[in-house]
Parts: sequence; structure tokens; C-alpha cells
Amino acid sequence: MQFDQLLQYTLSGLSTGAIYALIGIGFSIIYNATGIINFAQGEFVMLGGMLTLFFLEALKLPLWAAIPCAVAASTVAGLLFERLAIRPLRQPTPINLVIITIGGSILIRGLSMLLWGKDTHAIPPFSGDDPIAIGGATILPQHLWILAITVIIVAANRFYFYHTISGKAMRACAYNRRAAGLVGIDVRRMVLFSFIISSAMGSIAGIIVAPLTMTAYDVGVMLGLKGFCAAIIGGMSSGLATVVGGLLLGVLESLGAGLISSGYKDAIAFIILLLILFIRPQGLFGKAESERV
Amino acid sequence: MLKFLAFAGMILLAPLYFKGGYLMNVLVFVGIHTMLAIGLNLLLGYAGQISLGHAGFFGLGAYLSGVLTATYGWNPWLAMPLAALMVGALAFAIGFPILKLKGHYLAMATLGMGIIIYIVFNETVELTGGPSGLSGIPNLAVGSLTFDSDVKNYYLIWSFTLVTILLTLNLANSRVGRALRAVHDSEVAARVMGVNARLLKVQIFALSALISSIAGSLYAHTMTFVSPASFGFNFSVELLTMVVIGGLGSIYGSFLGAALLTLLPEFLRAAQDYDIIIYGGLLMLMVMFMPGGLVRGVPDLFRKLLKKGGANHA
Repeated sequence: MQFDQLLQYTLSGLSTGAIYALIGIGFSIIYNATGIINFAQGEFVMLGGMLTLFFLEALKLPLWAAIPCAVAASTVAGLLFERLAIRPLRQPTPINLVIITIGGSILIRGLSMLLWGKDTHAIPPFSGDDPIAIGGATILPQHLWILAITVIIVAANRFYFYHTISGKAMRACAYNRRAAGLVGIDVRRMVLFSFIISSAMGSIAGIIVAPLTMTAYDVGVMLGLKGFCAAIIGGMSSGLATVVGGLLLGVLESLGAGLISSGYKDAIAFIILLLILFIRPQGLFGKAESERV
Repeated sequence: MLKFLAFAGMILLAPLYFKGGYLMNVLVFVGIHTMLAIGLNLLLGYAGQISLGHAGFFGLGAYLSGVLTATYGWNPWLAMPLAALMVGALAFAIGFPILKLKGHYLAMATLGMGIIIYIVFNETVELTGGPSGLSGIPNLAVGSLTFDSDVKNYYLIWSFTLVTILLTLNLANSRVGRALRAVHDSEVAARVMGVNARLLKVQIFALSALISSIAGSLYAHTMTFVSPASFGFNFSVELLTMVVIGGLGSIYGSFLGAALLTLLPEFLRAAQDYDIIIYGGLLMLMVMFMPGGLVRGVPDLFRKLLKKGGANHA
């Protein structure tokens, strides 16, 4: 095994891992505010990529304008999803919530297929595609964009949860919804916020990864599930634990694909998911260390 | 029992009405899907445990039967029970760790399990033929009677389905069925009353996988061809939709859901690609407005309408 190759796999694994981390944090934010695992999370990732493409090609916007528009549009979709599907639910048992978010994800996927067809599309990279050499490995500028944007979002997230009133209110909801309501926090609004934040984050993840992996109406399923794996490894924390979970998953997957077999690449993620769920359902780092917001 | 006899009579006489034709082929699938929906309903509707990986068990049954008969030349009647036992044993073994999980976590774990099985179908090319599928699976036969036409298959599949319905109805009304419902309502209360909730959940998971496997074997022998695409995540969701639409915890509801979801795409042929949107929409609308499924929702609706009518007269 060449060191160069190992480095190459690790580097590309880190950037996919960053994407999983962003999606995973989206899962955790909604889970902590509401107790719901949003099976439609991956669809917002897909919407990010597909809407960027739509704004680029149909409306001829430049890339820097198309991206914020796509994030805004996906966020509106997340907001509508909460208002129209989650809030009106009369019997919010876990099984009903699983079924309704699955229904929602199929609906979003189906509508996207109708609107944009089944083809796979590429988004232009943000700043060219001249490879950069690091050690014996090469990476693309887009990898750096992914890592940088992930760092910014994770930092912004932390600032929001620890230094703003609304972020603190959301943490209060995560600890105890009824108590949060008693001290005057509008819990339903916080639930809505959690959907807004996580659909925005999901769509950003979808946009920054699209230049590397292409995008299509059905990319949300796998990305969403991998993001969930990251969140499970991180013990459903919306902080660093999930980021570590995502990076770990990305690197393991990339190494597994390179060293064992690329056909089983996706299976690796799910085997890790099952193992963690069976052995350490509280996440790899245990509850004490992970922040549950 | 009367209800069952009437239902069985209706099913057995249906071919006289349809007189062969294309619809017979669809009705064969209604039978297979009914079995699958009942299997999942035992788990979801009675024991209250979700599974998003049942397409995997269905596929395992189909592939085990397919490989044993097509590649190794086994007798199909020997391969089918062996496949069912193997799948049941596998589910029993996975069941212990997986059913410790609850709600969303259980959903994700079973989903992961289903996807792993699906990937294995695709990747073990020398055994399963990979994505291009496995062909040359023989039809089932009894003596010189080979089940190779739609009408023959209809009776073959539906005899299995009717037996499944009879057995599950029996189970649901037995001590086990009551224990299951107790676990559904409150696992703690059930355990306090002396129900071994953990073992019971695993047993019902295994039983439901076993039924799915038999349905898979039947599918393989009627289609004579299997490919991984039929056993993916989408099919697990389709099964879930059948059970939810029909009504959780109702055996006849599962038939209703299976029939509706199998026939609907046939009538919506023109809308080929739209069927997935319809599934999604149906799932959401049912959970939001008719959480009891068609079996309970429709009578409720009538009652409400009648009441309103009565109020207007007075």
C-alpha cells in the first residue's frame, strides 16, 4: 500500500465526510428540538443542488446569485413541509412521524423528477478545477471550498446556539420542551426554526458537493442516510461530535472503497450504522461529552 | 370465519368473472403483495414495530429459491421451505439486537439492513447475476401440472395467500395476538403482566420475515426471473404504504391496501412516472386524515356523514 494513495483516499474522504457532517447536523437539530428523525432531510440536500442548477440554467443567473436563491428556495420548502405536514398531524406517534416524513420525501423527490427530469447534471465548480498537489496526492479547489464552508457553518451554528436568544431558546427546547414552554418560549416556533435551519444547511451541503459528484432528482436518499449515520456516530449532537462522525464515516468509506471494493462502498456506511446502533446507541462519544442541541 | 369463507369464495370465483386476460396477471401480484403486507402488518400493526427493510426478506426468499433451483437444480418444493427457514432464522438472529431499538432508530436500522441486503444482491455477481438478474427459474409443478399460466398461478398464489390469511387471523385472535397488542399499547405494562415482550417481538419479526420469504419464493417461480431492482428501498416503502392505507392491525385491510396499490398503477398506466408521487401523497394524506386506514376510516366517514345528515333533519 502506497502512502500517496492512502493520503489521497483520506483527503477525498474528508471532503465527503464534511458533507455528511453538515447533513447529520441538520438531522440532529430537528431531532433535538422535536424528537423527530426527518426522513426527508436528504431531499433538501437534493433540492439545494437541483435548484442551483435551475437558477443557473433556466433563469440564467450567475453562480454567486444562484446559490443564495437556491438556499432560500429550499428553506422555504423546509418551512412549508413543517407547516403543512408535521404541524397538522393529529396523532404524532413515532411511527406516524416516520411514515409522514417518508411520504414527504417521496413527494418532494417525485415532484423534482417531474420538474427537472431524470438526468444527472453537473454544477460548475466554484473556482476552476485545476488540481492542487498536497504531498503525493492531489485535490480540487472544490474540496477546499467544501472544507472551508463546513467550518464556517459549524462555527456559525455554535454562535447561534450559544450566543443568541433564539439559539438558547432552542437548546432549552432540546432539554425539556414543557419546561421551555413554561418559561415563555414559543416551542412551536422553535420547531419551525429547527426545520428552517436544517433545510438551509442541507441545501448548502447539496450545493457545495454538486460540482464534485453531480446531482440528480434521487441523490437525496443516499446522502440523507449517510448524514444520518454521521449523526448517529455523533450521538445526535449538533456540535463537534457529529462533525467528527461525518469525517470518520467519509474517510472509512473512502478507504474501504479504495482498499476493499468500491461496490460495497455504500454497505460500509450501513454496517457502521448498524454496529453503532447495536453496540453504542448513545453515539461513539457517549452522552456526557456530546451536546444535545 | 363466515367473513373468511365469503372472502375466500370471492377470491376463488374471481377468475370466472375476469376470464383470463391481462388482469389475471395483475391479480397474481395482488396475492403476493397481500402476503407481504400481512407479514409486515403483523409486525407494524399488531406489535407496533416498524420495518423499512422487508423488501430485503422478500428478495432473500426469491433469490434463495431462484439460485437453489436454477443454478443447483433443486426441487422448488424443497427450496421454498428451506429458504423460508433460513430467512426466518436470519431474522430471528438479527431480531435480538435490532428490536432493542425503538421508533425512529428501529426504522433507520431496518432500512440500513434492507439496503445492505440489496447491495449484496447487486455485488455477488457470480451467484445472483448482479444487476442484470437471474433467469431460468423453473415454474412450480405438482406431478404433471405445471403452474405456467396466469390462471394456474392465480390459484397457486391465492391458495398460499388464503392459508396465510387464515393462519394470521387465528394468530391475531389467540393469546399471542393479545400479547402482541399489549406490547403495542405499552411494552412495560405487557411485561408486568408476564409477557416476554422481547422474545415475542423477535418471534413475530422472524415470522413476518418467513412469510415475506415464502412470498419471495412464489414470486421467483411465477416470474421465472428476479433482479435486485424489485427488492430495493422503494419496494419496502410501497409495502409500508399498503399496510398503512389498508389499516394497521387489520388483516383484510392489508388485502385492501395491497389490492389498491397494485391495481392503481395499472389504471394509471399513462401516468407511469407519477405513481411515486401518488404513493408519497397517499401516505401523507392517510396518516394526516385517516390514521386508522381505509378499513376504519371509511366506516367512520360514513358514520360522520350520517350523523350530519341526521342533525340537519332534526
